[in-house]
Amino acid sequence: MNKIMTIAKKELNTFLDSLSGYIILVVFLGITGFFTWLSANNIIFIGQADLLPFFSVAFWTLFFFVPALTMRSFAEEQNTGTMEILLTHPVSFSQVVIGKFLGDFLLILIALGFTLVYYISVALIGPIDHGATVSGYLGLIFVSMAYISIGIYASSLTRNQIIAFLIAVAIGIFFQFIFGIMASISSGILSEIFDFLGFNYHYQNFARGVVELKSVLYLITITVLALSLSVLNLYSRRYK
Amino acid sequence: MNILVKNLTKFYGSVLAVDNINFEVRHGEILGFLGPNGAGKTTTMKIITSYLAPTGGHVLIGDIDVEESPDEARRHIGYLPENNPLYQEMFVVDFLQYMAQLADVPKDRINSRINEMIEVCGLQEVKHKRIAHLSKGYQQRVGLAQALIHDPEILILDEPTTGLDPRQIIEIRELIKKIGKEKTVLLSSHILAEVEATCDRVVIINNGKIIADGTASDLRTQLFQGQRYTILVANKSLEEIEKQLKDLASLENYKVIDPEQKIISIQGKGDVDLAQDIFNFAVAHGWVLTLLAPEQTKLEDIFIQLTSDN
Repeated sequence: MNKIMTIAKKELNTFLDSLSGYIILVVFLGITGFFTWLSANNIIFIGQADLLPFFSVAFWTLFFFVPALTMRSFAEEQNTGTMEILLTHPVSFSQVVIGKFLGDFLLILIALGFTLVYYISVALIGPIDHGATVSGYLGLIFVSMAYISIGIYASSLTRNQIIAFLIAVAIGIFFQFIFGIMASISSGILSEIFDFLGFNYHYQNFARGVVELKSVLYLITITVLALSLSVLNLYSRRYK
Repeated sequence: MNILVKNLTKFYGSVLAVDNINFEVRHGEILGFLGPNGAGKTTTMKIITSYLAPTGGHVLIGDIDVEESPDEARRHIGYLPENNPLYQEMFVVDFLQYMAQLADVPKDRINSRINEMIEVCGLQEVKHKRIAHLSKGYQQRVGLAQALIHDPEILILDEPTTGLDPRQIIEIRELIKKIGKEKTVLLSSHILAEVEATCDRVVIINNGKIIADGTASDLRTQLFQGQRYTILVANKSLEEIEKQLKDLASLENYKVIDPEQKIISIQGKGDVDLAQDIFNFAVAHGWVLTLLAPEQTKLEDIFIQLTSDN
């Protein structure tokens, strides 16, 4: 546990210590803020104290924002060779992967923490569904977890950060909307399966204020699966 | 603690990088691991530090098998990888702290160990700088400090002086020698002068195989039997000397090094005392011998001879 926290802290500090970390953060807040307050369909336009515009734009922003964060996690270490000093210390592969996951996750929590300003200001304007807001944030957190682990896995596959980003987006795109499209063009049980596989289905429930156990379990399963694949990848790299 | 490498083999796919090698590094010894680029030095070191898994064979650190209990083995190993990879964006002190935490240095000792390393490796001036802003020489010291932070008994250094200027090279060598007295050090290099200057013993590897193992002087006598002397005869012409030399009983062969100066290199047969023979021969033939100097075989010659056969 100590090692995990050590690695997580180092990852987080690397972000907070670099300009690019802040740029990503500012872009995230800028985009979500713009769509929440200024664009059409915004809070003022609908004339209702509602965070739905925020939740729908945050869902899409995270889809790009998370891979931009995670792309460096292993790719950079492989590229510069620091992977070698990291992995020749008494740490297990799962400690390294979970540590990196946690570092990225903490940064997402910080980013989401800033968006609470939107919540507070909307709450000041008019009555807001606090329950739905909490569950909406839960949805963002669970979806972020899944995307972080997918991003970390993508980063473990290559030493090129851009390629890591593209792989993460390519995998993510299935969960983000391809499964949804497949659900709409198929029918019956197949349609239901595709619907369930897409993150949108689960996220919509969260955003509406419905926390379903199966959604939580599904997103956690994806997270654990992608993290396990990353560990497996580090493991098999020794035998190449 | 010793390092014992037993029947170690490594394939990369179908390419054989390390071919059944055996050697030992003993406590208090600096072993030079020598070979041309691509000989298998780095691969061997990566297996010893458990970064890579061997295809066959074992590495023992004391009596710990690196494959069976890697974490246990890693606590005893300090490793400076090839090209000294470092987290460029980190500050020196933060980096050393991170390394100390990863290496299981007890919490209450981390600060004192960092200070010690800053002292030993001469990092006082740069400890609050970003690693990216340091010169190569300083970066190398940070790499060494990182490898030493947990006071390991075993030190694996992969080409520790690559890319440094001559003064930095001497500094790093002195540092390694100082540290190496109480540790077991394996140091790889393709620079022979470096190995001769720093190491107690040499293992030469080529094409994944060990082709020589011994002290530098062992290797010299093993591979170059017979002594070698340089002579200069003042009162004879080169032709005369060459003609008369053929009668020298203990002569194996000779080579004119400098025709102008009449300097000749003489290689003696097996076990004769060549200097005495040359002197007596000179007296008998009325030579005025103004130079009679023993020649040292350079490790370079051995190395080239051994590695050029393939």
